[in-house]
Amino acid sequence: MDNENGFSLQFEIKGSNFGSAGKVSTEIKEILQEIGIDPSIIRRAAIATYEAEMNVVMYANRGTLSLTVTPKNLHIRLDDEGSGIEDINLAMQEGYSTATDEMREMGFGAGMGLPNIKKNSDEFKISSVPGKGTSLEIIFNLNQAERA
Amino acid sequence: MTLKEIKEILQAEVITGGDSLDLNIEFAGGSDLMSDVLAFGKPGILLLTGLTNAQAVRTADIIEAKAIVYVRGKKPTPEGIELAKEKGIPLLSTKFIMYSACGLLFSSGLRGVSKLPEKK
Repeated sequence: MDNENGFSLQFEIKGSNFGSAGKVSTEIKEILQEIGIDPSIIRRAAIATYEAEMNVVMYANRGTLSLTVTPKNLHIRLDDEGSGIEDINLAMQEGYSTATDEMREMGFGAGMGLPNIKKNSDEFKISSVPGKGTSLEIIFNLNQAERA
Repeated sequence: MTLKEIKEILQAEVITGGDSLDLNIEFAGGSDLMSDVLAFGKPGILLLTGLTNAQAVRTADIIEAKAIVYVRGKKPTPEGIELAKEKGIPLLSTKFIMYSACGLLFSSGLRGVSKLPEKK
């Protein structure tokens, strides 16, 4: 989709690929800068996308990130294939983590990722099927006045 | 405070970005945990860290940090240096440990990202 009302782009994220982890988020940040989105929204979107991307790298086999930009909002959807989350309420608690030593050595896995995505977004939805995967929907209003 | 002053206070070595030492830095934060940096970081921050992999540089780019100082004499990986060059983020390395490096900068007037409670 690419028309005057907006556009959509898709990005593939590989699980366990720590070397290139974060590249998709950097690319998205650059795209948002190019189209002139407000810098404070870009920053929140970049942080949320990076946290979400790291989650795929750390916990899933692969994931697809869709970025849709309309005049009203930025809509980021991330669907991954992996172990999923058994207890979403627990995963949303700051500090709760199932990270391995390898993840912690990378500087991640402090149990801050999902809460930080929620904190930075205007709307956040998460669903997961244990054994199959997790889906996130992260929305940013482009009308700043709508953010509380 | 300029990056050059920070370099002198910390007796730091410049790894990349030697042409950016006139950058003005207003506040700093230190952590080895990028999850925390993503949660507390603010644009323009000077990041002090002991994490040497490319993720530290990637995180700095995402939060729009001005520069990174590696503590405890650590040096970034070649991937980290490459990414920093690409993103224009200066990298420095000091032999001071995290606590001392932060303390030296704070006592020289470089504040942190959080507001201190007012004295009663």
